Amino acid sequence: MPLICGWGRHPTVSAEQSTFDSDEALRSILTTPRLIAGLIPRGLGRSYGDSSLSERVISTKRMNRLISFDKTTGVLVCEGGVSIAEVLDIFVPRAWFVPVTPGTKYVTIGGAIASDVHGKNHHRSGSFSNHVLWVDVALSDGSIVRCSQSENRDLFLATCAGYGLTGVILRAAVRLVSVESAFIRQRTIRAHNLEEAMTIFEENSSWTYSVAWIDTLSSGREAGRSVIMLGEHAKAEEVTRVRGTRAGKSSAHEPLVPRKSRRLSVPFDLPSFVLNSLVVSTFNYFYYHKSPRLAGEKLVSYEPFFYPLDGILNWNRIYGRRGFTQYQLVLPKESSKEGLKEVLRLTSGHGNSSFLAVLKLFGKEDSPYLSFAREGYTLSLDFPITKDLFQQLDELDAVVLAYGGRLYATKDCRMSAGMFRSGYPEVDKFIEVRERVDPDRRFASLQSRRLGL
Amino acid sequence: MDKTLLVLGATSDIARAVAHRYAGDGWNIILSGRNSDVLKRDAADMRIRYGVKVDDVHFDALDFASHYKFWSQFSEKPEGVLYAIGYLGDQKKSESDWNESRIVIETNYSAAVSILNIVAADFEKRGSGFMIGIGSVAGDRGRMSNYIYGSAKAGFAVYLSGLRNRLYKSSVQVLTVKPGFVATRMTEGMKLPARLTATPEQVAADIFRAQQSGRQVLYTRWFWRLIMLAIIHLPGRLFVKLKL
Repeated sequence: MPLICGWGRHPTVSAEQSTFDSDEALRSILTTPRLIAGLIPRGLGRSYGDSSLSERVISTKRMNRLISFDKTTGVLVCEGGVSIAEVLDIFVPRAWFVPVTPGTKYVTIGGAIASDVHGKNHHRSGSFSNHVLWVDVALSDGSIVRCSQSENRDLFLATCAGYGLTGVILRAAVRLVSVESAFIRQRTIRAHNLEEAMTIFEENSSWTYSVAWIDTLSSGREAGRSVIMLGEHAKAEEVTRVRGTRAGKSSAHEPLVPRKSRRLSVPFDLPSFVLNSLVVSTFNYFYYHKSPRLAGEKLVSYEPFFYPLDGILNWNRIYGRRGFTQYQLVLPKESSKEGLKEVLRLTSGHGNSSFLAVLKLFGKEDSPYLSFAREGYTLSLDFPITKDLFQQLDELDAVVLAYGGRLYATKDCRMSAGMFRSGYPEVDKFIEVRERVDPDRRFASLQSRRLGL
Repeated sequence: MDKTLLVLGATSDIARAVAHRYAGDGWNIILSGRNSDVLKRDAADMRIRYGVKVDDVHFDALDFASHYKFWSQFSEKPEGVLYAIGYLGDQKKSESDWNESRIVIETNYSAAVSILNIVAADFEKRGSGFMIGIGSVAGDRGRMSNYIYGSAKAGFAVYLSGLRNRLYKSSVQVLTVKPGFVATRMTEGMKLPARLTATPEQVAADIFRAQQSGRQVLYTRWFWRLIMLAIIHLPGRLFVKLKL
């Protein structure tokens, strides 16, 4: 049986995989007389840890058809296996964009709903589920139910951010947003430390998109120095105006045609010594100083703005064969300043350098029971898997809890049930729905078992 | 663009990928096969993706009597026809069960002859267009692991060769496609060497390019031509000992 893993390449598990191409085919898989327990739906496998790992995996890759699109409302109805990448390829040229996108476009619509992904625009647009009109879910007994905010609402609130545990997402209706171009007007601002970064976020909350890259290895007065990136969908005339002045560079003044990015690939695993603190801190130094000292604005194609890493295929290989885990936390606004300072203090000390650290200010909490985002600051840290890492993360857990925060299950591979429960007050509502639609826990993942769901 | 491609066996992974490739180039598509539900959903998907006309029409390869009627329903004949219907079958079963052998032979060879004879007659009269037949490298030499399938594909390749010869003066292109290992539903569960296995999308891109440039025989991916050249030339006394 093939080995599968999440994006962090840890853990790996040997799994029996099946695919299906229709409701009937799925129904017959779900209703075979032999009790199948431990089945988990899986899209493109971009969750970092074990959210889509189990002994039996049901792949949604064949359910990738578009069903209908309404040009006046922007509502796209599609099968759960359609990826955000496909939606963008097809609809950006037609002046539509996805309402919320995570840091990679290689996630399925089903996966985006199951993780209730958030994007750089959470403070304005909320999480993905806010833009989902309805979802068709195949439950463990083979029945198919449509749920939405107004119909089977508790199933909807359990399925969004439900990590595939209520059933297989067959179809969904998503409202796209209309745009005028394939470009983003991007503004970059440097912050000398964490406090300044937080102020910049708050002063620029009218920008649709905002995110910061943070240097976790800076310390002392410079602790938390960052580069904040703000973005807005560029208007058509902004694009034609700029492109028109580049003599000879681009003859087509087409705002909806993005610039095609070259694909690099990491062809093999890098040996573990490559990403040590010296290398990382050097990189961080140059990255920080490369950004303009004074705030600067420029027009970029949507791909490098939203998906800087997608341009490097298999970038997860830079962490080598041991793999890595991402630790994404969110702290309430009131305790963020102190809490983040504490987290940064702990992570800059150890040898396990976090290479990519992202900071963002979230907006109000979303309605699904296990949705991660809540009003406050979220910080994402990558850690290569090493022997003492898990102990370090347990220490971080204690800090996150002490400041009233929680962790994102989509990134996690080691959080304890207690830690999860403490962070998600509506977990019992979720379990109630699980009890109703899947009492035998036929749908289960390595993660759901660890978290006690 | 007002050209249409008729895809026979449209629910197969390679056929679907080829349909997408042509639709992406602005071609109208007719998807044919037995599973109407899947065909309808594929058609709706392609219409939205590519903005081209896509029809779904029922076609049963093994119902030979229906072939003439099937072709007649098209008042405007397509520019090109792709025969992508195949059935690997179970070699062991085929060896002892004539019915299984019969289905392998009819699906991969007889049905193709039946429908393509009909298509060829019209294309010859028209004096334009193309026909693509999906064969297999398995047809290049009979090996113990799949020779009933292989022999049917071999027959199909020779049929297409003759057809190419006949239709040359009518300016109708006949392209024989010989895929090696491809990751599809047909090979799901088989342990194929990753480096030699193509995706349906890669095969579709090869087919599109080959057809557009007027090629006669395409090995996809390209290195299979070399692999099969070697296999064909292995002396019999050595070949019989192998467990290919």
